[in-house]
Amino acid sequence: MPSRIVSLFRNLLHRKAVDEALDDELLSSVELLTEEKMNEGFSHTEARRRALIELGGVEQVRTKVREIRVGRLLEDFAADLRFARRTLVKSPGFTLTAIATLALGIGANAVVFSVLNALLLRPVNVPNARNFYLVQRLRVPTQAYQDYLDLRDRNRTFESLMAVKFAGEVGIDPGGNPSTVWPILTSGNYFDALGIRPYLGRFFHASDEKGINSAPYVVLSHAYWRGHFDGDRGVVGRTVEINRHPFTIIGVAPKEFRGTDLVFSPPLWIPIVEEPTVLGSNSLPNRGEHNLWVVGRLRSGVTPVEAAADLDALGSWLSRTYPADDEGIKFSLASPGLLGEALARPARAFMTGLMLLSGLILLAACANLGSLFAARAADRAKEVALRLALGSRRSRILRQLLTEALLVSLAGGAIGLTGSVMILHGLSAWQPLSDIPVSVPVNPDARTYAMAFVMAVASGLLFGIVPVRQVLRADPWQVIRTGESGGGALKRFALRDLLLVTQIAICAVLVTSSLVAVRGLVRSLHGSYGFQPRNAMIVQTNLRMAGYTDDRLPDVHRRMLDAVAAIPGVTAAGYANDLPLSLGGSDGFVYSDSTTDFRPTNQAADAMSYSISPGYMRAAGTGLLAGRDVTFGDDIKAPAVALVNRQFAVKLFGSVDKAVNGHFKLFGGKRIEVVGVVEDGKYRTLTEDQQPAMFSPFLQNDSSNTFLVVRSKRDPAEIAGALERTLHGLDSGLPLTIKTWTEEMDSALFAARVASVALGVMGLLGAMLAVTGVFGMASYVVSRRLRELGIRVALGAGKREVLGSSLGRAIRLLVIGSVAGLSLGVAGTRVLSHIVYQATPKDPMVLGGVVAAMLLIGLMAAWIPARRALAVDPLVLLREE
Amino acid sequence: MTDKRTDLLRGTLDLLVLKALNLEPLHGVGISRRITQITKGAFEVSFGSLFPSLHRMEEKGWVDAEWRASENNRRAKYYRLTASGRAQLKIEEREWNQVVKIMTAAVESA
Repeated sequence: MPSRIVSLFRNLLHRKAVDEALDDELLSSVELLTEEKMNEGFSHTEARRRALIELGGVEQVRTKVREIRVGRLLEDFAADLRFARRTLVKSPGFTLTAIATLALGIGANAVVFSVLNALLLRPVNVPNARNFYLVQRLRVPTQAYQDYLDLRDRNRTFESLMAVKFAGEVGIDPGGNPSTVWPILTSGNYFDALGIRPYLGRFFHASDEKGINSAPYVVLSHAYWRGHFDGDRGVVGRTVEINRHPFTIIGVAPKEFRGTDLVFSPPLWIPIVEEPTVLGSNSLPNRGEHNLWVVGRLRSGVTPVEAAADLDALGSWLSRTYPADDEGIKFSLASPGLLGEALARPARAFMTGLMLLSGLILLAACANLGSLFAARAADRAKEVALRLALGSRRSRILRQLLTEALLVSLAGGAIGLTGSVMILHGLSAWQPLSDIPVSVPVNPDARTYAMAFVMAVASGLLFGIVPVRQVLRADPWQVIRTGESGGGALKRFALRDLLLVTQIAICAVLVTSSLVAVRGLVRSLHGSYGFQPRNAMIVQTNLRMAGYTDDRLPDVHRRMLDAVAAIPGVTAAGYANDLPLSLGGSDGFVYSDSTTDFRPTNQAADAMSYSISPGYMRAAGTGLLAGRDVTFGDDIKAPAVALVNRQFAVKLFGSVDKAVNGHFKLFGGKRIEVVGVVEDGKYRTLTEDQQPAMFSPFLQNDSSNTFLVVRSKRDPAEIAGALERTLHGLDSGLPLTIKTWTEEMDSALFAARVASVALGVMGLLGAMLAVTGVFGMASYVVSRRLRELGIRVALGAGKREVLGSSLGRAIRLLVIGSVAGLSLGVAGTRVLSHIVYQATPKDPMVLGGVVAAMLLIGLMAAWIPARRALAVDPLVLLREE
Repeated sequence: MTDKRTDLLRGTLDLLVLKALNLEPLHGVGISRRITQITKGAFEVSFGSLFPSLHRMEEKGWVDAEWRASENNRRAKYYRLTASGRAQLKIEEREWNQVVKIMTAAVESA
């Protein structure tokens, strides 16, 4: 074998020397033979003639020897490549169109695949991520700390379980220049259990947890350390204030560690026992508060099935032991990184859908190129016929055509991949929500490159084999005699027609789904949320960050409201502890008035719960359907009251009217009277089912988390300035975030926006492919029939006849394809309604839009060929032949 | 011409070439003559088969070649068996003997 490898290199690298050596050998053989014949008595000339005859022709022997050489296939391939390059360069228009088409198709696929890979295929970036899981409660990722402790201590299948909690936005003051930051609270075993080593200093450990507020430590992420501490190695041991409480920086995490979540990369980690210090409230002892998630790695050798059984046993134990909080509790395993099923499911559905669509784009591109190559093969019939007539084998010609297709597809793939890599780097650096450290690291990895390569080769083969039958059936005699490739013409046209219809149908599917998505987004932007985000400003602050204690909250809130309401141009102002469709929002079980046993199974509803000031509903633009608004009289000394939404009223009381003055109970038995009913709204996501909601007066249930809603017709920038001056006039130390409500809703609309942009791009790509497809077909038909058209014009055919005969076919195919694609698209867009609010294909705008878009595509694509057909000058044409 | 004989030789050509080279190094024409001689004139190998076969064996490392002067002082490419070529010759001889035995038995069984 080694000698063969040596030969391979010799044959490939020193081809000339090898060939010369062979020539020498053959020449010397001729001379040896000649000598032999001369010894037999022939003259020199005769001897040489006989020698050549015996050898059987120098050229033939040479060819035969070359054929057996190692690497001959490669050599042929190189020759094919050179030839392919030459022929492709000779028709640059065709080549560029083909490469660009493929680059779009493969680029789109590489981008989508990369995102899919990053979000769904690639595990979170922790050591040994394969058996790393999230423990869900039913299908919800959130758990209570007390349940976590039991899970951690009583399970037999996990190496260790960690608790992870979003702390929300907190104020941080490293000693001057305070800012806000989104830390993560974790159990003490977090870093040890993950197996992460500190980049600087140390991490906190389970042994640091000695009860509430016992570990005032903070670990910085590498990025935060670089960005906010200038990479100063002396930070370890320094003290920073978090929400005005001192914490010691004990270490810096390594650069590649981004936490256990895929999209959220925390800047700080703080031990969860510090929750009361950081958040000012202590949810840890309360088994009913589900606000953290539990992740862990299975012990080696433990299967997910065994772990699930273990969790089942734990669930029923908890359910028996703590029926008040945990009755019916069940656990399940989910993949970590995307908050379990909560995000992973829609993400998976959407990405799969998107992958399918981009696959369709590539397929459409292949169909497009298939017909282009078929047309080209037909035009090259003469060349092929000549080569066949000269003795070339058909397999050799096919190989050459395939090489050409592969060259195009690889070039397209390379360009597409380059483009997609640039897009992906942009995406990875993109922070969609300005102040929250959310980003998606979608940088391409080996899988993306492999995928792009496979796609390039596969599509090259796919469209490369379209003209194969044509070549195999070609009859050189017929072609050379008539210049036409004979009887196959009709059939070939049928194949190309089929390809075009397929392609147009695919494009119509893409256009349909993108229009559905965009339309859905537009509707959801102008839809009914149960409040009016337009002309409203949001001021966000946290009084605890500013150092206020809980007993002062109502007073401060009231002063803020009064001050804001006094700003000229402000028509209404209100306070709420959380806004609907922002990231926060809490919910709790409510019970009918007759309930005495408050176990979870006896609940009447799980209602969104807000705390609001009088006037909030007016400021938010939420309509009061019955009863009254809360007042400043509804304070801590007055009976507990609340506003509820229509859904709540109907669910607990049967109707809006019956709800007013009705009573319900909270967990624990607190009795609340409904004083008013407001319209329904969206609370967590745009696509949620209608949720019940209740709104308590802030004087009875206040929170340091503060949103002021300020309605005004004045210019947002102006009013923002006035708000800042007014509020800083009250307290210059208040950390304020002021924006319009529309901006505030970015996070709620984020998914729908991304979906619409993605689908919009797909639709655009689809439309472009349809244009090039129809254009290619139409201009090919026109160019082939130019002479015929010329004759017709000469015989007096009018414009309409000329257009009909040259473009009729393309237009008919366009119509068939569009109708097929539209019906397919309508059937397929059901999937979209999960992500895009109000996405429905049964919308006259969408149907009309698709029809208009396809017509426009047809018009654009047919324009140039039509001009060419109409400009036919019979004299010029007939003279040419 | 020698088409029929070449057909017959197909598969046995390598064995004949190896056998021819077993005595002494030879050039292409010499190998052809030697094969005719050892087969008592039954086979005439065409050069169109011989040279590809030689080059294949050279690439496989069974033979190696060097340029030197012929008996009449002409430059010629001489082929020589290598160690692996000798081993291959043994293998091919054994296989051939087996084929002969089997075929003989088969033909005589009738």
